[in-house]
Amino acid sequence: MTNKFLPWLVAAALGVAATAAQADTLADVKAKGFLQCGANTGLLGFGSPDDKGEWKGFDVDFCRAIAVAIFNDPTKVKFTPLTAKERFTALQSGEVDVLVRNTTWTLSRDSQMGLIFAGVNYYDGQGFMVRKSLGISSALELSGASVCVQTGTTTELNLADYFRANGMQFNPVVFEKSDEVVQAYDAGRCDAFTTDASGLYAERLKLTNPADHMVLPEIISKEPLGPVVRQGDDKWLTIVKWTHYVMLNAEEAGVTSANVEQMKTSDNPDIKRMLGTEGTFGEPMGLTNDWGANVIAKVGNYGEVFDRNVGPETPLGISRGLNALWTKGGLQYGPPVR
Amino acid sequence: MAVQNELGTDTSSGRVSPFYDPRIRGIVFQAALVIFVVVLVYIGASNAIENLQSQNIASGFGFLGNTAGFAISQTLIPYSVTSTYGDAFVVGLLNTLLVAAIGIVLATILGFIIGIARLSSNWLVAKVATAYVEIVRNLPLLLQLLFWYFAVVKSLPSPRESYGPLAGIYLNIRGLFMPKPVFGPGSWLFDAAIVVAIVAIVVIWRWASQRQAATGQQFPTLWTSLALFFGLPLFALVVTGFPVTFEMPELKGFNFTGGMRMEPEFVALLLGLVIYTASFIAEIVRAGIQAVSHGQTEAAGALGFRRGLTLRLVVIPQAMRVIIPPLTNQYLNLTKNSSLAVAIGYPDLVSVFAGTVLNQTGQAVEVIFITMLVYLTISLLTSAFMNWFNLRMALVER
Amino acid sequence: MSVAYVRETPAEALPPPSTAVGAIGWLRANLFNGWFNTILTLVGFYLVYIIVVPFLEFAIFDAVWTGENREACIGPEVGACWPFVWAKFGQFMYGTYPDPQRWRVDLVAVMFIASMVPLAIPGVPYKRWNAIFFFAIFPVLAFILLVGGFLGLELVETARWGGLLVTIVVSYVGIVASLPLGVLLALGRRSKLPIIKTFSVVFIEFWRGVPLITVLFMSSVMLPLFLPDGVSFDKLLRALIGIALFSSAYMAEVIRGGLQAIPKGQYEAGQAVGLGYWQSMRLIILPQALKLVIPGIVNSFISLLKDTSLVLIIGIFDLLGIIQRNFTDANWATPVTSHTGYLFAGLIFWMLCFGMSRYSIFMERRLDTSRR
Repeated sequence: MTNKFLPWLVAAALGVAATAAQADTLADVKAKGFLQCGANTGLLGFGSPDDKGEWKGFDVDFCRAIAVAIFNDPTKVKFTPLTAKERFTALQSGEVDVLVRNTTWTLSRDSQMGLIFAGVNYYDGQGFMVRKSLGISSALELSGASVCVQTGTTTELNLADYFRANGMQFNPVVFEKSDEVVQAYDAGRCDAFTTDASGLYAERLKLTNPADHMVLPEIISKEPLGPVVRQGDDKWLTIVKWTHYVMLNAEEAGVTSANVEQMKTSDNPDIKRMLGTEGTFGEPMGLTNDWGANVIAKVGNYGEVFDRNVGPETPLGISRGLNALWTKGGLQYGPPVR
Repeated sequence: MAVQNELGTDTSSGRVSPFYDPRIRGIVFQAALVIFVVVLVYIGASNAIENLQSQNIASGFGFLGNTAGFAISQTLIPYSVTSTYGDAFVVGLLNTLLVAAIGIVLATILGFIIGIARLSSNWLVAKVATAYVEIVRNLPLLLQLLFWYFAVVKSLPSPRESYGPLAGIYLNIRGLFMPKPVFGPGSWLFDAAIVVAIVAIVVIWRWASQRQAATGQQFPTLWTSLALFFGLPLFALVVTGFPVTFEMPELKGFNFTGGMRMEPEFVALLLGLVIYTASFIAEIVRAGIQAVSHGQTEAAGALGFRRGLTLRLVVIPQAMRVIIPPLTNQYLNLTKNSSLAVAIGYPDLVSVFAGTVLNQTGQAVEVIFITMLVYLTISLLTSAFMNWFNLRMALVER
Repeated sequence: MSVAYVRETPAEALPPPSTAVGAIGWLRANLFNGWFNTILTLVGFYLVYIIVVPFLEFAIFDAVWTGENREACIGPEVGACWPFVWAKFGQFMYGTYPDPQRWRVDLVAVMFIASMVPLAIPGVPYKRWNAIFFFAIFPVLAFILLVGGFLGLELVETARWGGLLVTIVVSYVGIVASLPLGVLLALGRRSKLPIIKTFSVVFIEFWRGVPLITVLFMSSVMLPLFLPDGVSFDKLLRALIGIALFSSAYMAEVIRGGLQAIPKGQYEAGQAVGLGYWQSMRLIILPQALKLVIPGIVNSFISLLKDTSLVLIIGIFDLLGIIQRNFTDANWATPVTSHTGYLFAGLIFWMLCFGMSRYSIFMERRLDTSRR
């Protein structure tokens, strides 16, 4: 009857990780030596493992940036693939330290789920994809259509709102995982496929004939996507928030991973503060003073990360749009480092 | 968890030290179990409450009254985007019950056919039935469902190229469309006729079986029932001058509108569940029939019964007693397996409630609790009913 | 005195009519005796024709066997796209387990087979040691090898496990963990102590009454909330706990069947020689009962193996899950990719399950002493 100890043995050795769900996430992350990041189960360009199991993408790079801020090492991060359903519980229970999984910032998520959004790293909106052969050019022509959508998302609610507001009928076909939604749409089960516009570009690559499909011009919702942390740990929130802002500021000041070393000698006080050559802005956060320089050097500024993963040169080919810097007509605005 | 007193050790002698007294041991072990369970539940519950409170997560069942805000593709009760989470729960539950009820009936029929076919004297039929059972039983149900949904449904034509075998009936990738009868005024007589027919059939069955028991005379109950069931409502329709019109499905825009329709998700789920469960029922039926002694068949033969009659009147009634208990289990399995709907997008209880509602409200504890409670209730009710039924079947023994 | 027209020797028996022997006779006796059977036979032939022929065409005759990417599998009338399976074979077996570390999985597989086969074949000696190895030592070795993180082995997170590896790990752990739990619950259910009995019945009926998918949802989204602040389990481990509890209820019912089949005399004999409850259970009852229920245990294993595919719904990539995930690889997206993937998954699952069910039947015959 030795076997009855087996589960406990496995439990003891395999996975029971002690991570303070509350008090001091930073101390915890430092103690265990790596950042545990909640990621998508697979959204091309944003967060997905490749054939070798290496995680790549826009959100993944943001996790790496946090890891660099803390450890100065982009490999000290582990990714937990989470379904839409699991993501909040995983964060609430302390299974992951931060959730960077194209999650929409809404009031109820801030107020009822014990979570708090650390900012918006991608301004998105919900769109529709249809077959070109359908011969329609506007979402307003979709009355009576079957629409494939993923469950547990704000998308599902926006979809219902949009059709109701425009007095149109529709027939939802709902799946648990985005891959299933894509498969069903590809099979012709639905006339339209709806998700965040960024997701549409990513998922289109998975279709049998991407060229046969088009994205309709209407954007029916605001989808500010951003990293999420637990409530009650403001220090941790600050680190996540400012990792994003420092990457924005770097882009604005023209600091890139290539020129960051030269920039350290720059005379511009903004750049000096950002890279830690002047003042002590890292230490009060519990980091080193050169954390900003490390993030830019090892991961890159916001624009670099964007272009590398989802930008016009990638298969996704997404233009900056709302995600351009405020100086270039977009919404990305980094508060000053001072 | 020792059960020392099971061994019937003499406890009255008084010479046993309390340590070895089975009764005391029993009490100690049980007390230990109670304490263990209470402590475990307490720790779990207090952790949960603490976690929920400290993280400001909403709790309680109040969310059931909130507006759901999402749409569902197949609803048996009126449901719209403005309905509540409670309504969504009822929609999901009814969808589960619908697919389970139809699935149980069809799986039973198919299972009996395959089970009897496996024992057929026809070599080919027996082999085909065996192959069916051995292939279907050894493949995961989820794989079969995904196959039926993603592989078979995928190959159906688009709405504009539908198969239309009969006027008003269309099959395409969006489902099976059929004309829907619409009852006009005066159709109450039709409804009444159905009720009267059912009552009459029950009365006739009782009377006929009593008469047969008393006099041995048989009455053609089956044909009479069929005639009543179809004849009376038809008569009612004729009398009221056919107040029924048919709403035909029409191709409008992208899809067919109007008429009745079966969603492909529903069809795929039903198909998968029926085919999978039937393979298990077939094995149960075969074992049940084989458990009936061969002498019974021979005796029936000696009395001049034909094969079909022997099967119906002699073998199956006796086999039923062996068949029913495992059959209950299969019915429960089918009901529980219907929860795999979540993988192919059929809006059953798990998909709508433990899926969408859980996601939208984030109240995992309450939602999972309610879902499990529903399945437990269904399975306890089914067990209770089948036990009662089993008791009745067993009493038939003379 | 012989009469010429009276035969002295019996005539040679005439051969049976050609319609009653040989192929034709067999056909008449088995396929075409009577109009009803004839119709059945024709329907049967038709069924076989419409199922088997397209299947063979798809899987073999029209299939594509070589190719580098989707281009090879595009075209009219193309059957299965086997190059897709060859290209992804490593993933289907190991998931994204790092390439240089895969020898560890292979080694575990070799140990698994090398210890299971002699255990399964009756008549091979050292069953006791073999069983101890298989159920107690092997799991520890396999755990060390697969997870790593010490003894110089690189740590491989369970998030990188996948494919057949996860399928086998989940079902093996499910069975090994549910055996002892199942024995305790089965004994508890037959106990005369009311609280223990009630507890066992409630526990068993609870897990048997709920669908596995809700158990998996529970372990993935609810369990973490019930753990004290700061303790979290690995996702795969949580699923394993759920599956172990779930299957222990079914295992308990299988073992209870075995316990009920042991004649009362055996229990009484145990008492007569002065054995205590646990002693008589351990030395007399359980060895007999467990042997009797080997077929039942194997059947539980089969259903567990099939049920493991459900973990794909909570985002763990078992064999079926990883195959499904690869359907959306743009390199291999063709109309036949998903059919091929399901066919491959079906073949593997079927071989494993069918093989085990044959073994279960074989053991049943062997153990069924009444027929000898």
